[in-house]
Amino acid sequence: MSTPAIRVSAVTKQYGTLQALGGVDLEIAQGEFFGLLGPNGAGKTTLISALAGLVRPDSGSLEIMGCDVVRDYRNARRNLGVVPQELVFDPFFSVRELLRIQSGYFGIRSNDDWIDEILASLDLTHKANANMRALSGGMKRRVLVAQALVHRPPVIVLDEPTAGVDVELRQGLWQFVRKLNRDGHTIVLTTHYLEEAETLCGRIAMLKAGKVVALDTTENLLRRFATHSLRVSVDKVEAAVALGGIAGEDGWVEFGFDSYGDVEALLARLRESGANLREMQLGEPDLERVFVEVMHRA
Amino acid sequence: MPDMHKMSRIEPMPVDAALTGFRTLLYKEVLRFWKVSFQTVAAPVLNALLFLLIFSHVLDRHVTVYGEVAYTSFLVPGLVMMSVLQNAFANSSSSLIQSKITGNIIFVLLPPLSYREFYAAYVIASTLRGLFVGVGVLLVSMPFVDLPIANPLWVLTFAVMGGVILGSFGVIAGIWADKFDQLAAFQNFFIMPLTMLSGVFYSIHSLPQVWQDVSHFNPFFFMIDGFRYGFFGQSDTSPWLSLAVVSVCFVFLAALTLAMLARGYKLRS
Repeated sequence: MSTPAIRVSAVTKQYGTLQALGGVDLEIAQGEFFGLLGPNGAGKTTLISALAGLVRPDSGSLEIMGCDVVRDYRNARRNLGVVPQELVFDPFFSVRELLRIQSGYFGIRSNDDWIDEILASLDLTHKANANMRALSGGMKRRVLVAQALVHRPPVIVLDEPTAGVDVELRQGLWQFVRKLNRDGHTIVLTTHYLEEAETLCGRIAMLKAGKVVALDTTENLLRRFATHSLRVSVDKVEAAVALGGIAGEDGWVEFGFDSYGDVEALLARLRESGANLREMQLGEPDLERVFVEVMHRA
Repeated sequence: MPDMHKMSRIEPMPVDAALTGFRTLLYKEVLRFWKVSFQTVAAPVLNALLFLLIFSHVLDRHVTVYGEVAYTSFLVPGLVMMSVLQNAFANSSSSLIQSKITGNIIFVLLPPLSYREFYAAYVIASTLRGLFVGVGVLLVSMPFVDLPIANPLWVLTFAVMGGVILGSFGVIAGIWADKFDQLAAFQNFFIMPLTMLSGVFYSIHSLPQVWQDVSHFNPFFFMIDGFRYGFFGQSDTSPWLSLAVVSVCFVFLAALTLAMLARGYKLRS
């Protein structure tokens, strides 16, 4: 069995009275596209910071590609690229200067070929000599991604990379990250856009109050926690509600069910109750429902 | 789960040479002040020149020091050293606090740099800026004074030691301060008085005995006095004593700074 890309064992971190991480265990295989989800304050960024060596856990251990982030920090950091959540940049330098400097920090002196490749992939070639201050927010975000990739790390962590990013850049970014994943890079993503996580991630961990409350493949999570939905517009809302439906403010009533085979029986009971069906909509299970359900249960 | 058979194992790029990370951080720190050299080098040189012109105009005909040394000649090494010290402090402290406040310090914390490399890069860059400014002050002073250099090795030793000590002070202040206001307080209420009251503008033998005694508790006095010895071959106190005091200061500050960095004080929570 190959070394996991990331191994987190019983990691705890306390800030005063706040327990940021309460004994987190997690293993992410090489080549995975992994999602780390949770509400604000769940501990996602603390966990990422602990992996990156920015936060020192109170107990437990973290490894990146088999390298302990404290004892073997040099190799652990060489194996990791982090795209931070905040739009931070050094205003003194141009894009190319920044990428050369970042390469140098990782021990790489001549890196122009790879830098050119990253710039081209992120559509930044024409901005290579522009000062960081002159770039738009979206461009700065791309430079952050480029900085995380200069040393070609096997493991890439993206901490809410699409927060406040326009649709076009978001699409381009995901296309690029998918390609990195296809090439063999392990991707760990945190995001508040659950539809993105559902589309991209093969496996997902959900955190709440510093603890992992769900960990499974996206498919299994959808199967386990989410139900299909049937929304109906009827002339007798009270009758539909009496059958277990939830009335919305728009006058529609929503029912949950496990398989499409249940729809026919549900419609039959509606008819028997005297409610006449005007319109109906079927809804697929989605991660948002799973998320709400998991957070509610935890 | 991914199909691992289709994937090639990704390896991080190999390290080209030892200490490349340290050298890059040093280069970045030098480039940072060099890109704004009008502000970081030229302006302090002009400041020192103004001090020189004003004080020499007022005092040169009235004061001699160490018997025969004209006041302007006496003043120049003090101004040079003061510039070295203040600029070395300003470099590391301003670089760190700017990086902390803007958040880009993360780009230095994420790579595999050791805390010793971090310390050495910031302190050497600060010392270099101090020396650049010091040499600038010396050069622009030349047309106004006849300045001997009795022992260049003493000059260089104290200039470098002063730069390293204040560079370390700057790292401590830059890491400790959470806002520019706190850093300015450190500079204005600690560094500036100690520098100004260290014998830059006078020989401590011109002071009442009690203030002469107090001056011996100011390590900056020993930095400037030892530096001045290199020019004139005479000073207020023995250069060996100055060297001993300065060396002890350096060891203490280096140890303190390295301990802070090793713990990740205010950098790694």
